[in-house]
Amino acid sequence: MKPSTTLGLGDEAIAWGAMDAGISGAFSYPGTPATEILEAVQSEAPHLWSSWSANEKVAYEEALGMSYAGCRALVAMKHVGLNVAADPFINSAITGVNAGLVLAVADDPGMNSSQNEQDSRFYADFAKVPCFEPSDAQEAYDMTRAAFDLSERFRLPVMVRITTRTAHGRSKVKREKIRIPNHWTHGHPDPMDWTLVPTNARRRYEHLLSIQEPIRNALEDGRWNPMRLAGPRGILCSGAGWNDVRECLGAEPRDSILRIGAYPLPLKKLNQFFNHCREVLIVEDGYPLIESKLRGLKGPPGVVVRGKTDGGLPPLGALTPELVDAFLTGRELPPPAIGRLVVPRPPQLCKGCPHSDSFGALRDAVAEYPDALLFGDIGCYTLGAMPPFKAVHTCVDMGASIGMAHGAVRAGAHPVICTIGDSTFAHSGMPALLGAVRSDARMTVAILDNATTAMTGAQDSFATGETLLEIVRGLGVKDLCVIEPLRKNHSANVEAVKSAIEHPGLSVIVARRECIHYRRAGCELPLRQEGE
Amino acid sequence: MDRNIVLAGVGGQGILTMARAILRVALENGLHVKQAEVHGMSQRGGAVFSHLRISDREIFSELIPAGNANLILAVEPLEALRYAGMLCTGGIIVTNSRPIVNIEDYPAIEGLLDELTQLPDVVAFDMDRLARVAGSTLASNLVALGAASSAIGFKWADMVDAVGGLFPTKGERVRETNLRALRFGRKAAEIYANAIRIGKTPVEARAEIDGLSEADLELAEGAVPT
Repeated sequence: MKPSTTLGLGDEAIAWGAMDAGISGAFSYPGTPATEILEAVQSEAPHLWSSWSANEKVAYEEALGMSYAGCRALVAMKHVGLNVAADPFINSAITGVNAGLVLAVADDPGMNSSQNEQDSRFYADFAKVPCFEPSDAQEAYDMTRAAFDLSERFRLPVMVRITTRTAHGRSKVKREKIRIPNHWTHGHPDPMDWTLVPTNARRRYEHLLSIQEPIRNALEDGRWNPMRLAGPRGILCSGAGWNDVRECLGAEPRDSILRIGAYPLPLKKLNQFFNHCREVLIVEDGYPLIESKLRGLKGPPGVVVRGKTDGGLPPLGALTPELVDAFLTGRELPPPAIGRLVVPRPPQLCKGCPHSDSFGALRDAVAEYPDALLFGDIGCYTLGAMPPFKAVHTCVDMGASIGMAHGAVRAGAHPVICTIGDSTFAHSGMPALLGAVRSDARMTVAILDNATTAMTGAQDSFATGETLLEIVRGLGVKDLCVIEPLRKNHSANVEAVKSAIEHPGLSVIVARRECIHYRRAGCELPLRQEGE
Repeated sequence: MDRNIVLAGVGGQGILTMARAILRVALENGLHVKQAEVHGMSQRGGAVFSHLRISDREIFSELIPAGNANLILAVEPLEALRYAGMLCTGGIIVTNSRPIVNIEDYPAIEGLLDELTQLPDVVAFDMDRLARVAGSTLASNLVALGAASSAIGFKWADMVDAVGGLFPTKGERVRETNLRALRFGRKAAEIYANAIRIGKTPVEARAEIDGLSEADLELAEGAVPT
């Protein structure tokens, strides 16, 4: 494919950077705002392996296996997905990689669609691997390509970290010539490097520590951390914050500028910067990671540092051009001029959604049990927490519902009911259900099977329909009942839930009806224009 | 040329389709563009918005700073009001007046439209009806795009091309419907603006649009809008 310029989301640009760098496969689990990364690979390069994985840990391990076997791989996920993949990620820094392996993580400052706004740069630092942080789609493309080269130079996984505004921001991307997927010839990886029994692990960790300085030097002198020494006030920024800085101060500000686009931090440049400037304002799109490192306990001597930990910028939420403007210029923030009639309009279950009928039945079944505990999970069905259902009391992380329910049973609670979707169940519900089966915990597990991973845009779900029932029986569940969540079945469904509550051991109810947006091959439901 | 457009609506109303058409024209005219959009949870009937920035100079932030939007282009009136604070002096709001009442505390529509139309430079009328007349209730977003087309300022022929090319796999009937919706929106916006100019109230101007027939809404034979 010859070099070309096109409009792309930051997510798409990462996918393109990886494809043009010569990957053989891409791995991921759906999660906003990262979902579009794998979808871009699926759409443009169907000849590459790009099927969804059961969860982020498996996705990472699959990518690692591809790298081990000599072919380049991209793995992508949202920030909390990295919590799930943390075990293989951190240990892959100890084993090292064979062919290039790039981990793309999309963080969600402001929690548009997430339970928290954790900053994945922490993970790269923790694992001691390099990390790139682009400010727009073009940089996302360029940095992803460069990440594969860096990965192969130091034989380490490399992270590319973006946030929602870059992931879902669209701008021009100029693509370079594609590189053919590798015939990587570093031979068979040494089992002594890849088998992390303590003697090997210690030696490998020592190696990891020994290459930290060379990595820092390689990035120090590269193009990713540009510095311009000018006025005595310095602005240190990373990621999309650079866009807001320029929006406020123009293309060539009078201030000294140091942009951080690659980690570990460029120590020589930082020293120069702090020697030159009398005041440094730090603009980071996420946690104050750079700021905290630079401040340490006492702060750099002789320089005033301002950022998120001293009230210059708010310590939470996403960056906006208004916030950065107020921070850099001292101008007052414009008051949020909202019309007095404006009320929030949060997301809600679609008309005709099977979850409405499931939660309606659940709500009515537990009406006579004021002590009922209703553990929930992550998906469209989390919206069951809202009126008129209020049938979800908790939502903590993927697959938490079943384990938490079991724990509550052991505290003596009754009745205990949990709701989980089919895709979430495949993701991380199965081990928890195995535990509940083993001790025949007195609880009811309602698996809401709508045949898809709906909230993120109807991606494949692995454990649905008859397959789901076989899995549940295979895990050892004896008390299993299938209901169809429909208005006309309401009374019967209420009875089914009550019956499950009365059962003295573990009960599983599968509430099965396809999502109204479910896309069958070759059949696109004409309910709405465009996947929005 | 600098356009900072806030697109607003409810998940599923097709605001990203409007963005696609505008972006296509901008790109073909060699302009710089940046867009920010919201995916994920907002697919489910929640408030959605997109920031669209078009310029002949380099664009920095993909987010429009508050007080810098020239145009709020909305398919739903509560959503139009939600972002009214983004407008610059002289900025315009073009919005559908038909509400999507999917929350319990949705304000009374007449009061909402009053609050909206008290702001300077608001064009608000029933775009769902015009979409129906054009051939599909799904095309309200294209009526809105037509209504905003002169504020956006691209050549009409380019807008027609872009909208015509939106859904190549859906056939000729859909294409014709979409182009009709675009034309009706443009014509209706002109009629609405004229009505306000000669002193009619927003309620009267809306009623005038509601009374237009298909023949009234079509552009005169051979007429190219200025």
